[in-house]
Amino acid sequence: MSNFLTSSIGKKFLMSISGLFLMMFIIVHLSINLLLIFDDSGDLFNQGAHFMATNPAIKIMEPVLALGFLVHIIWSLVVSFQNMKARPIGYKQLNNSKSSSWASRNMLVLGCLIFVFLVMHIIQFFWKIKVTGDPLLAHVVVGGEEMENTYLLVSSLFKASLIYSLIYVVGAVLLGLHLAHGFWSSFQTIGFANKIWLKRLQFVGVIFAIVIAIGFSVIPLYFQIKF
Amino acid sequence: MEKTINLTLKVWRQNGPKEKGRFETYQVSNISTDSSFLEMMDILNEQLVNDNQEPIAFDHDCREGICGMCSLYINGRPHGPDGEITTCQLHMRKFKDGETITIEPWRAAAFPIIKDLIVDRTAFDKIIGAGGYVSVNTGGVPDANAIPIARPAAEEAMDAASCIGCGACVAACKNSSAMLFVSAKVSQLALLPQGKVEAKRRAKAMVSKMDELGFGGCTNTGACEVECPKSISIAHISRLNREYLKSRLSE
Ligand code: HEM
Ligand code: SF4
Ligand code: FES
Repeated sequence: MSNFLTSSIGKKFLMSISGLFLMMFIIVHLSINLLLIFDDSGDLFNQGAHFMATNPAIKIMEPVLALGFLVHIIWSLVVSFQNMKARPIGYKQLNNSKSSSWASRNMLVLGCLIFVFLVMHIIQFFWKIKVTGDPLLAHVVVGGEEMENTYLLVSSLFKASLIYSLIYVVGAVLLGLHLAHGFWSSFQTIGFANKIWLKRLQFVGVIFAIVIAIGFSVIPLYFQIKF
Repeated sequence: MEKTINLTLKVWRQNGPKEKGRFETYQVSNISTDSSFLEMMDILNEQLVNDNQEPIAFDHDCREGICGMCSLYINGRPHGPDGEITTCQLHMRKFKDGETITIEPWRAAAFPIIKDLIVDRTAFDKIIGAGGYVSVNTGGVPDANAIPIARPAAEEAMDAASCIGCGACVAACKNSSAMLFVSAKVSQLALLPQGKVEAKRRAKAMVSKMDELGFGGCTNTGACEVECPKSISIAHISRLNREYLKSRLSE
């Protein structure tokens, strides 16, 4: 086992497992976030956020999620760097758009941009909720239970700033592009593909990527357009 | 009626493995569109010899698409603009009169240049040597029906076995990964009862040899499959991943 994690397939295996885990997280994240646009009073989303903040299972998953991101990002850098070393002298003329998709060739670029977005996103919401606090978060009572007004924090940002709303749309599109390749790629990497399943996974991957990109884009746009 | 074209060629020249290379520009005229790409190269070389210049070194052998010896990265693609062919099967009718064609060797750390457009592909032989065989003496030819093999398995093994070891997959891959080649060589045996016995050892040995020789890893861009003259499917790469993971995780 010792050198499994340093072998080419072993490294890619870790990227795939962490990627699959991050995709599951992103599905849960999107589902909760969509509550933002289904109840303008904010009660529904506040309850969802409160549940996520207090549920013991979710609390356990938080450090695991951080680890997932860390493993995915660190290994992506290691893998990408080693792959660059495998071709010290490049081609003068390159015509590779016929043989592979743009997203598949630019996973590192997409990933790095997603990372930049992620840092901004954490500063704007996660950090305020968990660490520094914010006047907008002043407690409200929903269904007899006292909780932070996460809805106000999120909705205020999107209502107030067109720029930030657009940045969130761009972030969603970047993630969609990353997943348009990443989804099927992660199954291929763990060996779950054959001629028939390849086609199916690629199809589902594109649908999944579109749902993620549109799903996350709709939220800031909703607040911009409606309010 | 025969049509002829005139071309400008930008060709990578390099005197030896350690030497610094450069692009040289050549003109060829009255090339028949019915000729093959390598015949065009022959004409250019004859021209160079007549001018007392060193001819361009390039690999070739069977010139009918079965040996895998010819290479060449032509206008940004391995084996040129046509699909599912080797360079020796490429026709000059794929090019326009007056076109400039850029000709480069396969580029990969694991395929060092020997001279001009010839690269050293013994890395592939070393991978085969690490486990791409069945290590028993099989004696005479057995009866065809002595070992039952399901038709789909036989078909897929035959598809994998059509790999001619040309290296276009490595040349096409942005990571210079040899995964399509290795997956074909693992699949052709892993699918058959004769190969199953040593499947675990084989996958592990061939992948670690591949890593050791400096090939990159697979990021599933799929460029190899598109550029492969034999259309080896990347489904074989998923099988290789499966075989390798099974082998390592059962240690
Ligand atoms: C929510 C965030 C993210 C999700 C859901 C995600 C998901 C995925 C998935 C599923 C894969 C495919 C794994 C495989 O082919 O085996 C992948 C690959 C990759 N990711 Fe991410 N990722 C995310 C963030 C990032 C970040 C922040 C970076 C980088 C700095 C990054 C860089 C990469 C790279 C370089 C690859 C390799 C591409 C390849 O091998 O095809 N990703 N990602
Ligand atoms: S897999 Fe295809 S491209 Fe790669 S060596 Fe075999 S025949 Fe050539
Ligand atoms: S020379 Fe044999 S395949 Fe081209």
